[in-house]
Amino acid sequence: MTLPLADTQFVEATWVMIVKSVVIFAVIFAVLPLMTVLERKLIGRFQHRYGPNRVGPFGLLQPLADVGKLISKEPFRPANAIPVLYVLGPLLPVISGVLALAIIPWGDVKDGVGFYGIDVPIGILYFFAVSALAFYGLLLGGWASGSRYSLLGAMRSAAQLISYEISMGLALLGVVMMAGSLSLVDVVRAQGEVWYVVPQIVGFLIFMLAGFAEANRAPFDVPEADAELVQGYQTEYGGMRFGSFLLVEYMEILVVSGIAAAMFLGGWMGPGPGWLDPIWMFAKVLALVCLFIWVRATLPRLRYDQLMSLGWKVLLPLATLNVLVTAILVVAL
Amino acid sequence: MSAPTKPSYLDSIDVIEVQRGPDPGGAGGLYRAFGETLRGLKTTLARLIEGPVTIEYPEEKTPVYPRFRGRHKLHRFEDTGLEKCVGCSLCAAACPADCIRVVAAENVPGERVSAGERYAAVYEINLSRCIFCGYCEIACPFDAITMGHDYEMADYDRKDLIFTKEMLLAEPAERTPLRSEGE
Repeated sequence: MTLPLADTQFVEATWVMIVKSVVIFAVIFAVLPLMTVLERKLIGRFQHRYGPNRVGPFGLLQPLADVGKLISKEPFRPANAIPVLYVLGPLLPVISGVLALAIIPWGDVKDGVGFYGIDVPIGILYFFAVSALAFYGLLLGGWASGSRYSLLGAMRSAAQLISYEISMGLALLGVVMMAGSLSLVDVVRAQGEVWYVVPQIVGFLIFMLAGFAEANRAPFDVPEADAELVQGYQTEYGGMRFGSFLLVEYMEILVVSGIAAAMFLGGWMGPGPGWLDPIWMFAKVLALVCLFIWVRATLPRLRYDQLMSLGWKVLLPLATLNVLVTAILVVAL
Repeated sequence: MSAPTKPSYLDSIDVIEVQRGPDPGGAGGLYRAFGETLRGLKTTLARLIEGPVTIEYPEEKTPVYPRFRGRHKLHRFEDTGLEKCVGCSLCAAACPADCIRVVAAENVPGERVSAGERYAAVYEINLSRCIFCGYCEIACPFDAITMGHDYEMADYDRKDLIFTKEMLLAEPAERTPLRSEGE
């Protein structure tokens, strides 16, 4: 068994890294608008409707129309907003989302090139570090907007963060202990025989629940809560600033789905030749994205205090128990 | 959690017992919530499988019932091609919205327009006033006017909504789908 700090001596040429970052960035930003269509069409189907089908074939050009509309809006700033922080608000989550995407493994190392942005030794800790950055964006944006709804939304997102982040970390700890590595690539390689979703089903469920909160998705979209808080921290944002908050929501769905697919669903593992690896990974991520949408179409928003009690009274003890049992089993077996 | 005990001063008064849901906490609550969540997911998935019920209107029209009262139609005799309307103005008299205008004229031998002595030289229905009650159809002694199935009559100008005899005699360009038996 290796030390928990992954030993990733694998180094690539600088130009390979740059090409990889550009490709990942381009692919992800091409996928994100399609996700919005997918979500709206799927939600429509869940409600006996078609969803958007007017713009382009099957409504596929709908995001183009949406972005065109958002760009043409006036970049309005409320009079009592704090200028710099107000602009920084939607920017930070975008950065955090893009950074988090870097560690999602799309395939194994082939011909000296790894099919991922970077294999960081601290692996999953990096994910927690950068994804927590996104909440600074929400907090700053909500606070700097100078509106009470925004402030309430920001406070809620802070309270939400502390109530699920610990359980999320503990849920992944079981997998880390079983794989004996923090690196996502090593974790995926360790799932050659059996996917960790089987022995770590509790961890998987807790991680997905926390993931819904991480992406501010129903049923844990209390920071937005459009019924109570107008749009929470997004209330005072318009145009493409609002658009980037929206973008981040989908990016975080992608990140959480990617991490879950790599940690629990065997990442790129699947039958077939080696070049199918990224497709397997993509299929698993897509399935999880559909799960996100399915859950959003089903569950009503939890009340604020219900989220707290779920996080602290249910998820945290369960995750701790899961970690303890896993630790005992890993040591004993 | 036990139910709060009732104070003694309430003994003589009728107290309505408040119905409360089961206690949310505990392992039972967790199990229940999990089960109900799965049931909800099943419910929405069933909707997905059933497929959309949307009728995509401009491309796809809602079928109407056979007795649907849409735009009026004037009729001719099928064998002779003569108009059924004899210009009696009973429809105009029956019309509660007063939207029918009939000016009758004598039929000239040789160029007969209708089967009777007289015919409608002018027959106009102002569809912007019509309430589609169908009284004209009931009043007509010759079944010359009936209510058709067209319901797409929106227009940009009020004067375009005054339908003349020629327009009412002509077949509508696109037939509205009719509901089949049992639909």
